Amino acid sequence: MIDLLDKHKTIAERHARMMTMGVNAVGLTNDKILSPTRAMINGRETILAGTNNYMGITFDVDCIKAGQEAMAEFGTGTTGSRIANGSYALHKELEAELARFLKRKHCIVFTTGYQANLGMMSGLAGPKDTIFLDADSHSSIYDGCTLSGAKLVRFRHNDATDLDKRLTRSEGEEGGRLVVVEGIYSMLGDRAPLADFVAVKKKHGFQLLADEAHSFGVLGPHGRGLADEAGVEDDIDFIVGTFSKSVGAIGGFGAGNHPMFETLRYAMRPYMFTASSSPASIATSLAAIRKLAAEPERRDRLRANSARLFAGFKGLGLDMGCDMVSPVIAVKCADEVSTIGMWNALLEAGVYVNIALPPGTPNKLCLLRCSVSAAHSFDDIDKIIALFGKVVASRAAA
Amino acid sequence: MTASPETIDQICKLLEPFNSTGKALTSDTEISADLNIDSVAVMDFVMEVEDHFDIEIPLNVVSETHSISDLAAVVDARVKKA
Repeated sequence: MIDLLDKHKTIAERHARMMTMGVNAVGLTNDKILSPTRAMINGRETILAGTNNYMGITFDVDCIKAGQEAMAEFGTGTTGSRIANGSYALHKELEAELARFLKRKHCIVFTTGYQANLGMMSGLAGPKDTIFLDADSHSSIYDGCTLSGAKLVRFRHNDATDLDKRLTRSEGEEGGRLVVVEGIYSMLGDRAPLADFVAVKKKHGFQLLADEAHSFGVLGPHGRGLADEAGVEDDIDFIVGTFSKSVGAIGGFGAGNHPMFETLRYAMRPYMFTASSSPASIATSLAAIRKLAAEPERRDRLRANSARLFAGFKGLGLDMGCDMVSPVIAVKCADEVSTIGMWNALLEAGVYVNIALPPGTPNKLCLLRCSVSAAHSFDDIDKIIALFGKVVASRAAA
Repeated sequence: MTASPETIDQICKLLEPFNSTGKALTSDTEISADLNIDSVAVMDFVMEVEDHFDIEIPLNVVSETHSISDLAAVVDARVKKA
C-alpha cells in the first residue's frame, strides 16, 4: 500500500526545521485578543502588525452590538446553503447595502473571500473560455480558475504589454476571455496599473475582473478600491472582495452591472453547495460597511500610518516589496533560515508580523510582511520601526 | 509524441537557471520532482519557454507535463500549429 501522506514528507521536514528555530511561525496561537492591534502571545502583550485588520474595526462597539443582536434574533448559524435553506433577510440587506456602496447594480455575498474567487472564476468562465491571470495572483484565484475548467494563461505580473502579447497569441480561439488582476497584491503591496490594463481591454475586447480583497475599504476617495482610486470603475466588469480584512468579519462578495449577474447564483458551485454566512457575521459586515462609508477618517489614519511605517523602513535602508506606500509593507530578506530567525526575534521583542516564504511568494522571495491598521497609534508604528531597526536592519548590515 | 533534439536542447538551456541541484539535465529529467522546483517556479520557467518559442502553453497543459521530453513534445506540436 502506498501511504497517501508520504508525498508530504518534504513539507513535514521543512516544518520540523522551522520548529527547531523557535515557535510555529505558520500556526501561531493568539491566547487572547486585547484589541485590533494587541494580543497576548506566549504570555507577552504583543503589537499585531500582520492581521490585515486595515480599518481596526474588529472591536468597534456598534459592529459588536449588531452581531450580538443578529445572533439573538436569527440564531447562531444558517445550517445550510441559500439555495437549499433560503436566504435570511440580513443576506439580502447586506447585498443591497454593498451594491449601493460599490455603485454596482448587483452584488452576491459568499461565506468566505476564498469562496468568492472560487465562485466568480468558475461561474464566469467555463471549459471553452480562457482566463488570463496575473502571475502573482492569490491562490484563491488560481484555485477558482482551475475549478472553472477554462484554459489558463498566466501573464507577467503587472505587465499590460505582456498581457497584450498573450492575447494576440490567442486571437481567433473560441470562447470568451476573462482577465483577472488584483487591487493590492497581498505579498508585496503593489497595485495593478489598471489604466494600462483598461487600454489593453479597449484594444482586444475581454471582460475584466479586479479582486479588491486588500484594497476594498482602503483605496480610493470613496474607499471602493483601486478602481475607485484610478478612476476606471466603469471599465471594470466585475469586482471581488472580502469581509475578512477592512470589514473585520468573514465572508466575500462579487459585484457587477451585467444584466445576467444574478444568474451566477445558480451557476457557482462554491455559492450553491456551502452553508451561507452566519447571522452574526453578516450583521457585523453590514455595520462595518456602513462605517466605511460614514467614516472616511479611518482611511486617512490608515494612510498616515502606512506612510509613517514606509518612511521609517526606508530610513533603515530596508529592501521593501514595492516603492509605493500601501498598508501592506513587506521587507525582503536574504533566505529562509535568516527570515525565520528574525521573525522569532521580532516576536520575542513584542511585535507580530507575517512570515512569507516560497512558493507562497513571487520570485522565491522570503518576506517579513507587515500590514498596517488605522487602529495603530504613531507610537505603535515607531515601536515597529525601532524593532525592525534592531532585529532586521542590524542583521542585513552585519 | 516525440520531441526534436533541438527543442530538448533549448528547453534544457532555459531550465538551467532554475536548476539549483547541479544535476545534469536530460530529456528524461522530471522538471518538478527531480529538480525540486516548486509550483510557482515551474510556471515561471514555462513562461520563459512560451516567450522563447512565441507560443502559448496553458497552465492546464503544464500540469500534465512532467519530463523535459513531455514539454518539448508540447512545444514542437504548438510551434507547428502556430
